[in-house]
Amino acid sequence: MVNLQEIIETNRMIEEANLDVRTITMGISLLDCAHSDSRVFQERIYDKITKTAENLVSVGEEISGRYGIPIVNKRISVTPIAICAAACLDPDFSEIAKTLDRAAKEVGVNFIGGFSALVQKGMTEKDRMLIESIPQALSETERVCSSVNVGTSRSGINMDAVLLLGEKIKELSEKTGDRDSIGCAKLVVFCNAPDDNPFMAGAFHGVGETDTVINVGVSGPGVVKSALSAVRGENFEVLCETIKKTAFKITRVGQLVAQEASKMLGVPFGIIDLSLAPTPAIGDSIAEIFQEMGLECAGAPGTTAALAMLNDQVKKGGLMASSFVGGLSGAFIPVSEDHGMIEAAEAGALTLEKLEAMTCVCSVGLDMIAVPGDTSASTISGIIADEMAIGMINSKTTAVRLIPVYGKGVGERAEFGGLLGYAPIMPVNGASCQDFVRRGGRIPAPVHSYKN
Amino acid sequence: MKGIISVVGKDKVGIIAEVCTLLSRHQINILDISQSITGGYFHMMMIVDMGSSETVFHQVAKELEEVGEKLGVQIKLQSEEIFQAMHRI
Repeated sequence: MVNLQEIIETNRMIEEANLDVRTITMGISLLDCAHSDSRVFQERIYDKITKTAENLVSVGEEISGRYGIPIVNKRISVTPIAICAAACLDPDFSEIAKTLDRAAKEVGVNFIGGFSALVQKGMTEKDRMLIESIPQALSETERVCSSVNVGTSRSGINMDAVLLLGEKIKELSEKTGDRDSIGCAKLVVFCNAPDDNPFMAGAFHGVGETDTVINVGVSGPGVVKSALSAVRGENFEVLCETIKKTAFKITRVGQLVAQEASKMLGVPFGIIDLSLAPTPAIGDSIAEIFQEMGLECAGAPGTTAALAMLNDQVKKGGLMASSFVGGLSGAFIPVSEDHGMIEAAEAGALTLEKLEAMTCVCSVGLDMIAVPGDTSASTISGIIADEMAIGMINSKTTAVRLIPVYGKGVGERAEFGGLLGYAPIMPVNGASCQDFVRRGGRIPAPVHSYKN
Repeated sequence: MKGIISVVGKDKVGIIAEVCTLLSRHQINILDISQSITGGYFHMMMIVDMGSSETVFHQVAKELEEVGEKLGVQIKLQSEEIFQAMHRI
């Protein structure tokens, strides 16, 4: 039977260290909605989403009430729209995005992910149409998130798509320029995108998945930080053990919530994503963990080592706590969503180049980074190419969610509000990469991908 | 289902009495109580059996929270499962 100390410990994690379940994400396959008439297709996807996810929000709230733990987001991911809309003879992708937005509003989820295309080796006509429609689709909808997978370790990098996305990010920035280019915060460019990621903006329901599935993303940087404050000055062995034990406990809560949600909704349980996802709240920050480890701030020499260790221990601790682990699983390092990262960037201690190095060992990539609005499309493509190369060569997921803030420059700040936070605009290396990114074609897969 | 009631706050007369009155009204049986007072701060936990109660879980939780507000302490009712999950393999 549980004892008083254990109850106090759990409730302190929730109340003082911001322990929460970050998201319950329902994955819904839309493959069976395919139709040659785009309007029929849209009716079908609207009906399927609103029927399948009808009780998602209320079930999330009921579980939250029963266990006394916040479940911050309830979300939906769908099959990449470029695939399900491939049968449409004349699809209007921005209209399809609006249909997704309406469905999300109807069921009360705050984001729906999957306005996506998987183009690592080449683009179909519909893939290209979807990518072309992204600026309009994301500027005219509120809750739709988009992602494009442009590379994998097995296929290499589609540089045509990288070039195109640089241009689309610029257009999206301009179209949502009156709101600090917030549209770009809803678009992720991936290498090795996972099929079962519950976190936005990059969530989509992979084609190898079952019809519907429940994936849960846990969080808890504040819990790790407060556990580490109890072992201040101890050696790395103690540090790592503490992170592992904490990650185990956090993940067990996620597993419980996922199983309960799966049972109540009658939808199979997919995976737990063991991610330390920060929010702009004080005490819910990855950068604060670095400080607790002994770094003056994020970006100081030693940050990459600290992050590598953190990422690895979170996985080691969490793996045993869940029957299925997947998604991104590790530490996220978004700049705008972490007050410690924001402060480090404002102080000049954290640069884009240091962040790039950190993405070699974190679970995702260059995330929620505001750059000057006059950054050229080819420079954005160059940054994407660099990040994709890191993912491809290291067989890990990498992603880019850059926000060229329209009309603003270095020294200014972009305000996104809510969980997306705010970001100082960071300087970008001004040397040109135009002739490189415009070559066209593909970068072949690396030699170590040929494992058969 | 077993529930855990936890009370945290400054100690005062009548906390347990108020909680117990509410529980008996809802036909909720107390299986175990433990408490500690450190530096004037009162920590109490009760393990309760909700099996005979006809009131839904979140309604009881809400009423307990209101009792807590009246007494100036924090009272939570949670399913035992979250603690079992976190602290037992």
